[in-house]
Amino acid sequence: MTEGSGGKPAFRYRVAETVVAAVFFALGAIVIFDSARLGFGWREDGPQTGYFPFYIGVIICVSALINLMAGLAETKEKNRSFVEVEQLKLVLSVLVPTAVYVGLIGWIGIYVASALFVALFMRWLGKYTWWKVAAVSIGNSLVFFLIFEFWFRIPLPKGPLEALLGLN
Amino acid sequence: MDEIQSLLQGFVVVLTLKNIALMFTGIVLGVIIGVLPGLGGANGVAILLPLTFSMSQAPGGTTSAIILLSCIYWGALFGGAITSILFNIPGEPWSVATTFDGYPLAQKGRAGAALTAAFTSSFVGALVAVIVITFLSPIVAGFALEFGPPEFFAVYLLTFCAFVGMSKEPPFKTLATMMLGFALAAVGTDPVTGTLRLTFGSTHLLTGFDFLIAVIGLFGIGEILLTLEEGLAFKGAQAKMNIKVVLETWKELPKYWLTSIRSSAVGCFMGIVPGGATPASFMSYGVARRFSKDGDKFGTGIVEGVVAPETAAHAAGTAALLPMLTLGVPGSPTAAVLLGGLLIWGLQPGPLLFVEQKDFVWGLIASMYLGNIVGLIVVLTCVPLFAAILRVPFSVIAPIIMVICAIGAYTVHNSIFDVWMMLVFGVMGYVFKKLQYPLAPLVLAIVLGDRAESSFRQAMLVAQGDMSVFFSNALVGSLTGLALFLLFWPLMSMLWSKLRRGI
Repeated sequence: MTEGSGGKPAFRYRVAETVVAAVFFALGAIVIFDSARLGFGWREDGPQTGYFPFYIGVIICVSALINLMAGLAETKEKNRSFVEVEQLKLVLSVLVPTAVYVGLIGWIGIYVASALFVALFMRWLGKYTWWKVAAVSIGNSLVFFLIFEFWFRIPLPKGPLEALLGLN
Repeated sequence: MDEIQSLLQGFVVVLTLKNIALMFTGIVLGVIIGVLPGLGGANGVAILLPLTFSMSQAPGGTTSAIILLSCIYWGALFGGAITSILFNIPGEPWSVATTFDGYPLAQKGRAGAALTAAFTSSFVGALVAVIVITFLSPIVAGFALEFGPPEFFAVYLLTFCAFVGMSKEPPFKTLATMMLGFALAAVGTDPVTGTLRLTFGSTHLLTGFDFLIAVIGLFGIGEILLTLEEGLAFKGAQAKMNIKVVLETWKELPKYWLTSIRSSAVGCFMGIVPGGATPASFMSYGVARRFSKDGDKFGTGIVEGVVAPETAAHAAGTAALLPMLTLGVPGSPTAAVLLGGLLIWGLQPGPLLFVEQKDFVWGLIASMYLGNIVGLIVVLTCVPLFAAILRVPFSVIAPIIMVICAIGAYTVHNSIFDVWMMLVFGVMGYVFKKLQYPLAPLVLAIVLGDRAESSFRQAMLVAQGDMSVFFSNALVGSLTGLALFLLFWPLMSMLWSKLRRGI
């Protein structure tokens, strides 16, 4: 096996290629299905609504099948690690908090959520002291607050804290 | 000459205090965006685009808005070189080729020379491309005024087939992402009949997918996830820039005039046909290595190896605006975002722009000349400042960039659903990049999908469903023919190499 840094692979290329090709095929199928519902033929006044998307869907499905076959045909030597366990952990350690962050935006507002998000990163991955964490995370949100609410006058989602401070 | 007259008129439009200030702001922001991982030309402009909504409402405001955004683009083009040379991290895909010789030069202690050479040749490349735009675009636009729907569809077809034929990614992966882009563009209201399609009853999907969200997710979040895999620390060389180094390097540069001319030509060509800056920089590096008398020293750290890719990348990045302005067909993802901006401000990109919006077009072209001069001055004087940004640890920079992306995605339509979509596109960008699914055709398809479909259907309506309309005259026939040739090029070259092996 030719691993980049010798770590344990979480997924190999063949799995990744297959999954992505399958997702493409499914999306193409959805497009074909909905276009067929709307009609993809010709009427006297020209092509129906589903005409263009129908063929787009067909091309997606055909390409997906060819990519799927190409992925399955990968030789053993070429079937190297797609992502190593350590790398996947790092990526997930960013992706999961980001998803939580997006979930929080609607609930406690973008400024508080952002401050918490930056703080979590600095404390957890960067191992900074608390006062540095607080200074950067709160300062960052304050700067964005000034830029968007005062300078550009574009209201961003706000939550209970802003309501408490009467900034809504 | 009409062009010179129009250009001078453009300079009059640009040379106001407000526009010059915007130019500086744009360049500085652009360099910062180009230096930071996860923020690049395309998504940097996409994030800032919503902020220009209100700016564009004032009289002459659209010109100011495009100056700001295009200067961010030039800044990002300059900024990519800084990280490549000092940190061996290409801040932008088109500066990958700059690392080949730029980083070895920096390790030898000649970082200043490498940076000066990179910036100066960027400037030269851009200048050549702007001159090409100045004199070629009125001709192309005049030509395109005669275009009807079949011709426009043939141009779109050519653009997309060029991606299949010319990208180094597997052709069916290019085709798959491109068609996915068209499918995403089709979601929502049918542009011709107004029927809803592919929404499946979701109210969020009524307006379809916005390409700005896709750009921010694919290029921003995806890039950060990729960078994370490499670890969290950046190690870089120190840059000593002073007037002496700059002057010494400038004395050396005229030696490479032939490389500059070749690279500018490669860059302009690749920018106008939708190849983009990234392949242009690689191609130009390869060509320079083959033709240079120091060819075997390429890769060990020589100035010529920096000049070639940087000139081409900047020339291509600039020239990509020519088809965007004249035909409404962008040659690169960033040009696609700028085109989206034009649409949002209520301008119709295409040949009519040169007739109806003279101030806007020539103001933009004049600002390209000035913007690149301003850019050269800013980067030459402020390199240490910009390099310091990269010394901020990734665990601080990464979440802040994520927050910027989230705010950018939210401000497009003031919708949290868009922020979720941005995250989905981010994961998509990460996986696609690793599996060699190209992102540029996806973005271009989302931007152009509706327009391509409308022109196709209008052409079909006029022709009563007869496909031969796309071969009905010499112009549309040769465009369609060239498109089909490019589309089947990968297949032909595969058959050709099989045949040769057979013998």
